[in-house]
Amino acid sequence: MLLFLSRIGRYTLSHLAAMGRMFLFLLSALALSFRPPAKIRLILYHIKTIGVDSLSVVVLSGFFTGMVMGFQGYYSLRKFNAESWLGSATALGLLRELGPVLSAFMVTGRTGSAMAAELGTMRATEQIDALYSMAINPIKYLVSPRIIASLIAMPLLTAIFDVVGIYGAYLVGVGLLGVSSGSYFSGMESSVVFHDVYSGLIKSVSFGLIITWVCCYKGFHAPPMATGVSQATTESVVLSFVFILVWDYFLTAIML
Amino acid sequence: MIRVVDLYKSFGNQQVLKGVNMEFVTGKITTIVGTSGCGKTVLLKHLNALLLPDRGHVLVDSVDITQLRQKELYEMRGRFGVLFQGAALLDSMTIFDNVAFPLREKTKTSETQIRHKVEERLEQVGLEGMGYKYPAELSGGMKKRAGLARALVMDPEIVLFDEPTTGLDPVLATSIHQLIVRTQQTFGFTGVVVSHTIPQVFEISDYVAILANGIIEELKPTKEFQSSPNPVVQQFIRGETEGPIQVL
Ligand SMILES: Nc1ncnc2c1ncn2[C@@H]1O[C@H](COP(=O)(O)OP(=O)(O)OP(=O)(O)O)[C@@H](O)[C@H]1O
Ligand SMILES: [Mg+2]
Repeated sequence: MLLFLSRIGRYTLSHLAAMGRMFLFLLSALALSFRPPAKIRLILYHIKTIGVDSLSVVVLSGFFTGMVMGFQGYYSLRKFNAESWLGSATALGLLRELGPVLSAFMVTGRTGSAMAAELGTMRATEQIDALYSMAINPIKYLVSPRIIASLIAMPLLTAIFDVVGIYGAYLVGVGLLGVSSGSYFSGMESSVVFHDVYSGLIKSVSFGLIITWVCCYKGFHAPPMATGVSQATTESVVLSFVFILVWDYFLTAIML
Repeated sequence: MIRVVDLYKSFGNQQVLKGVNMEFVTGKITTIVGTSGCGKTVLLKHLNALLLPDRGHVLVDSVDITQLRQKELYEMRGRFGVLFQGAALLDSMTIFDNVAFPLREKTKTSETQIRHKVEERLEQVGLEGMGYKYPAELSGGMKKRAGLARALVMDPEIVLFDEPTTGLDPVLATSIHQLIVRTQQTFGFTGVVVSHTIPQVFEISDYVAILANGIIEELKPTKEFQSSPNPVVQQFIRGETEGPIQVL
């Protein structure tokens, strides 16, 4: 019994310590991000890898999400004879919730996993040690530019996801199911307020931070071997998803 | 002068260093030999605090680097050049940019001067005209030489070489050895070499130490080391499986 308790205790302690380390990593990365000199070239490069490279998958998933919302929204709204509210229902759903969350998932899969793998490989091949030995802080050099880039790229990707999604729902609702085009947009105009756009923006920025934080941390501390890198990649994706959903709950509760 | 005092390091429950004591004389080359996996790389990484010991001290000019704060630590590391066992070139950039990297990041050298210096270093290691290639496009030996060029580009006071000639053909190994000696004579750095290339590496070493069973079993000027009656030294030099060094 005592053994069992001590095992639970040790397990809890080691997890608490790991969480603490992760949090310290975030703090130092953030502190270094806003300390000059800013690495403009690196930031631009990472905006490209986060933003441009994820663009196609974000557009594609946004389009199909929108079309599905067109069908599902139409189906439920018709029960109340409220098909004309399709535009506003879709826009609110996308702007407030689905746009930020789903585009964050896409970026995690497309770019976050690549970040973890890249940093994990750099750890395994001693490149991170090499940076330390050249008196260059690897967090400042590798993690900070990615964090800034994700804070910039993530809301832009989310905005694209939202617009494409609204257009997708329009195609299904107006094109296929015969909702009137005028009521689609006027309903949207009358019910969407700036707060909806704003809360989506806040969400996407914080999701961008979560993705780079979790994926860079996992890669940075990957055990130095091939299996360590693959394990870090998997863990970074799963953990990012969980963090995004949990954080989304709290943000929604606060900002509703 | 670098002094290592009573250094202990373990990973999990594997004890790698069990009380290492040794000195590296300023301006001389000290070579560390030992069987594969005995902890030479681990020891080397303690010298510029890439690893911190469980117990013990590393004194660089009588400053204990295991106790330094972040800022002082980075300053101290700037005095070191390191050639890693696997070269550890940054694979997102070309060889030229790799060698230029510390100059660009740490100094205000103008781009023309950087170009001049990097090309000079690349030529010294026999890589002239290869600067445009990426690390992934080079052979193991070429990577090692590029890593050497990067380690020397800042004219460091102390240079750590982790197996500079392993995986190179004998001709190239000799030329790398000559390069180490030549640059050492020019710049007067303190050299620490980890190597398996015996007996050739003895020709460039002022001192030789053998790491076995987690401690330094012997540290002597090269001539005396080679004729040392210590059974550990003799077993290692002759490559015998029977003796005081525990092999698998
Ligand atoms: N980061 C680490 N985590 C866990 N174990 C490690 C780590 N680094 C080294 N070790 C272990 O320490 C021991 C010594 O490793 P080290 O790399 O110093 O050997 P070496 O003497 O340099 O060998 P080689 O000549 O093959 O390079 C090995 O058994 C290795 O498994
Ligand atoms: Mg080694």
